[in-house]
Amino acid sequence: MTYRMLDPSAHYRSCFGLVPPDDGWLERIRREALERFAESGFPTTRQEDWKYTNTAPLAKIPFRMPSQAPESDVKALLAAYPLLAPGDAAIVFVNGRYRADLSNAAHAQERAVVSSFRAARQDGHRGLVAEHLTRYASYTARPFVALNTAFVTDGALVSIPEQATIERPIHLIFLTEPGAEPIFCQPRALILAGAGSRASVLEHHLGEGDGEYFSNSVSEIALGDRAQLDHFHVARPGARAFHVSTVQARQGRESVLRSYSLSLGGRLVRNDLDTVLAEEGAQCALSGLYLAAGSQHVDNHTTIEHAAPNSTSEELYSGVLGGRATGVFNGKVIVRPEAQKTSARQKNRNLLLSNDAAVNSKPQLEIFADDVRCTHAATVGRIDEDALFYLRSRGVAIAAARQLLIRAFASEITSGIQEREVKAALTEVVSEILSSDEWVEER
Amino acid sequence: MLEIRNLHAKVGEQEILRGIDLEVRAGEVHAIMGPNGSGKSTLANVLAGREGYEVTAGSVLYQGENLLELAPEERARRGIFLAFQYPVEIPGISNTYFLKAALNAIRKSRGLPELDAIEFLQLVREKAKLVEMDEALLNRAVNEGFSGGEKKRNEILQMAVLEPKLAILDETDSGLDIDALKIVARGVNSLRDKERAVILVTHYQRLLDYIVPDRVHVLFEGRIARSGGKELALELEREGYAGIDERGAERELKEREVCGR
Amino acid sequence: MPSKPSTIEELTRQEYKYGFVTDIEVDAVPRGLNEDIIRLISAKKNEPDFLLEWRLKAYRHWLQMEEPRWPNVRFGKIDYQDIIYYAAPKRAKDRPKSLDEVDPELRRTFDKLGISLAEQERLAGVAVDAVFDSVSVATTFKEKLAELGIIFCAFSEAVQNHPDLVRKYLGSVVPYTDNFFAALNSAVFSDGSFCYIPRGVRCPMELSTYFRINAAETGQFERTLIVAEEGSYVSYLEGCTAPMRDENQLHAAVVELVAMENAEIKYSTVQNWYPGDKEGKGGIYNFVTKRGKCAGPNSRISWTQVETGSAITWKYPSVILLGDNSVGEFYSVALTNNYQQADTGTKMIHIGRNTKSTIISKGISAGHGQNSYRGLVRIQKGASGARNYSQCDSLLIGSNCGAHTFPYLEVRNNTAQVEHEASTSRIGEDQLFYCRQRGISNEDAVNLIVNGFCKEVFRELPMEFAVEAQKLLGVSLEGSVG
Repeated sequence: MTYRMLDPSAHYRSCFGLVPPDDGWLERIRREALERFAESGFPTTRQEDWKYTNTAPLAKIPFRMPSQAPESDVKALLAAYPLLAPGDAAIVFVNGRYRADLSNAAHAQERAVVSSFRAARQDGHRGLVAEHLTRYASYTARPFVALNTAFVTDGALVSIPEQATIERPIHLIFLTEPGAEPIFCQPRALILAGAGSRASVLEHHLGEGDGEYFSNSVSEIALGDRAQLDHFHVARPGARAFHVSTVQARQGRESVLRSYSLSLGGRLVRNDLDTVLAEEGAQCALSGLYLAAGSQHVDNHTTIEHAAPNSTSEELYSGVLGGRATGVFNGKVIVRPEAQKTSARQKNRNLLLSNDAAVNSKPQLEIFADDVRCTHAATVGRIDEDALFYLRSRGVAIAAARQLLIRAFASEITSGIQEREVKAALTEVVSEILSSDEWVEER
Repeated sequence: MLEIRNLHAKVGEQEILRGIDLEVRAGEVHAIMGPNGSGKSTLANVLAGREGYEVTAGSVLYQGENLLELAPEERARRGIFLAFQYPVEIPGISNTYFLKAALNAIRKSRGLPELDAIEFLQLVREKAKLVEMDEALLNRAVNEGFSGGEKKRNEILQMAVLEPKLAILDETDSGLDIDALKIVARGVNSLRDKERAVILVTHYQRLLDYIVPDRVHVLFEGRIARSGGKELALELEREGYAGIDERGAERELKEREVCGR
Repeated sequence: MPSKPSTIEELTRQEYKYGFVTDIEVDAVPRGLNEDIIRLISAKKNEPDFLLEWRLKAYRHWLQMEEPRWPNVRFGKIDYQDIIYYAAPKRAKDRPKSLDEVDPELRRTFDKLGISLAEQERLAGVAVDAVFDSVSVATTFKEKLAELGIIFCAFSEAVQNHPDLVRKYLGSVVPYTDNFFAALNSAVFSDGSFCYIPRGVRCPMELSTYFRINAAETGQFERTLIVAEEGSYVSYLEGCTAPMRDENQLHAAVVELVAMENAEIKYSTVQNWYPGDKEGKGGIYNFVTKRGKCAGPNSRISWTQVETGSAITWKYPSVILLGDNSVGEFYSVALTNNYQQADTGTKMIHIGRNTKSTIISKGISAGHGQNSYRGLVRIQKGASGARNYSQCDSLLIGSNCGAHTFPYLEVRNNTAQVEHEASTSRIGEDQLFYCRQRGISNEDAVNLIVNGFCKEVFRELPMEFAVEAQKLLGVSLEGSVG
């Protein structure tokens, strides 16, 4: 399908008019955000942060607000989704709408709040959303956050009380299935981990069918002192989907954020993940895996800001790129003057499976304190010929050998996942994707 | 030569030395033994002037001078040498260059002429033989990529070249096989004369089979718990530190477990 | 315990020893820039029409361009109409025929800089071209080199005597459209060095140019062009100094290197322009475009730079690896002390098959210095079997400075292998104590460790330059550590 030139500002402004007005404070923020987006429009490749990702195709398509429920049997889809165990707490949004019938908020343990924004309001947790929403993700600086914020009418709220340990993972599921017309969704999540709490939250951004859609998610995460949070961003968008996500975290004293970002499909994927190690002794470990084949484009931007002393960060992002796919990694580590005794290690590895695949890697260190130990590394290469030969000499067929080595490369990310069940399920999902022919054939 | 009186020192908030009294005269070799954490290495580092060690009380006189007021390099120039427990790597700087810079800095401070490259090379080759150090190591960067034993031998080479008046060996014997141990001992023994003194900080008795000390001190919880002649070391070898203190016995037991002994 | 003496502050007090001004009569064009000024410069140099045309095209293009602000450096507005674009020592109309004819005041200046032209010629076996403000004042060893067919002369002289070569290669690596400062240089460049090594000739001595900015309120816009024909080899050295002045002076040079099949060019720079005082006042803005083209198979271009001077250094000596199996190398030490800023690195553009590049960058930040490495490694689609290895290390001395690393890796070929590593840390307390325990003073210990840190770069420099670079580093860092 081809489209005529579109003015994104005017287009989204007209969509905005279709949303029934909300109550005071949110309405005001939404309007401000809309104006911000109208001023900036979508970023262009002239901007350093968008140098390698062209949003022009996205800007051209007149995505509509979803108006209808999907045709598929969503209940059956979710039942078959390997990452979701029956009985786990789950908040489900389908085509932008909260679906109480598919969600399972009842099993949240230990007084944890797992709810939609709207439901939270009725349950007396209204203050939480009002207090934290837009506090961590700035809609003044980022066009995609502005666009999302302009359409925030609901979202997923997770609040873990102080000192609580939540054993089972909590799922936030955003499923999109467009009909004949391209649609957009603006998923929003707010995750608050109270002081000393422990929990795992998995965001799933799933696409069904092969229609065009634009999913633009924003998640805000706050970790209290000594909180430990495992956060997953699992993106399996549809083949013709645009998936843009922004995750912004702020970490309190001695808190630990373990983040896993898996980009497993879609026409264009762009993830921005930023965490601020705001208080002394905070730690983060960011892991990312991106798989792209065909003509997919996947872009991961991360920023780790060390703003307090004795903070530690570890980052490993690995990409497997086949077909004519392009991958981008842009990882920034900032060490503020007050962040003495920082330790930061960052690594980006890329495997190019075909000679038409390409990668742009930009690891960056910006260091303003002296008592630091920071390293970064980036590598790009193809499958190790020696290893391939070794396997073949042991009788493994070439295709199987390649697949084995690609899986091994990808498993460096999944093997670090701490929850056993999640690790097993994700490893299985990744293996399944990689078993398709487009990954195995050379050239 | 060295007079330590009621020395107290802390690292961070923790008091490690709690009143050390020790006198070392020229010509003597003193062994300082004790379980891990008793303060042996702290004492060695305080004497050398390492940062991060705060002296809270007491005094140290070295050749009649207040040692604690001197910067580390001034102590070195007055003849104090510390053989490091963990010798430091300095990438990009060759061993000989480093040693020549050190020797000439010390000579200059004493009003002696600096050695030129040829004189120095002669000297260092001769000393390298003494410690059976491969000449190839002389041209490698300081300690970079050296094995544990090579690093320790390099410390002894530096000591042999710089000819200190007071040498402090901080667990130089740890991690060495018997041949390397003998080489270290030879290096130290060749330095022994009535003008010089040596302080051997060690956990085990076996080094003392090759360098026979005049005095043996047992450090425990930051104080010298016992002093004696060379027999004391043998006694410790037989009975462990158990004889010193019951808690010491426990600790010793644990250490033995850890070391798999 | 003795408290740690504060050497960081002391270090910053080191004086710049090349800061004197030479009192010499100067022939300069009026302040400001327009087409008439360009015509005047061209006329003064008696240039052929093609060159004037080229300058004017560059100027017109420059007018359309904007001053780049993307580097990680901060500087005030430059008033391009407030610069004198051409200044030359006044002297007899003709270029001096021999060294004896060089103005004695000038000779003394170069002697002070440690560049005794006569001595160099007699003893050192290094051919020297000396560029003073806008013009080349003396080139030594010319005759001896001419016997081998090597042309080594002032750029303006090459324009007169070898116009075909100049026409063929000028702008062939750095077109005037390349960037703002390259365009400006192309419009107003006054002189520089020209060097041509014929086929199969190994240049028997180091060729070297010393650049000196003397006159006030002038900019220096020199242009260097080196062409190494098939199977030839040349090693070229460049040194730079300037007087201490309160205002900032602009230095916008362009260097173009062309290496044909099996040719090799080694280009070494020790840059010690006036860095400004310890408050950050004055100093040279060193905005330079340097690029080499490995045009033929198996050619090799190697950049080695030691950057200790300038208020702001902004340059990326680059290599276009066009010929199959060609090799590009970049070895850099950049030191920023006081309020100096550097945004420097390289670009390695792999186009030919089995091309290789190596990048070793050592950044040292002290005082309030800000040091950025910015590098691009691009593997084009056809560059099968290309290899790159990059290593960027930063050393921090004191808590007010910054070190930044911005590598760009763009890989379009899956048979390529690209590896980048970077680390940032401060000078090791353990290393300092180890040195001091051996009797080495704190300051010497810092020098020793810094020199060790830079070793991989220094060993790429010709011997005399390496010694100079080590000393320079020591001087530039004096007093910086506790």
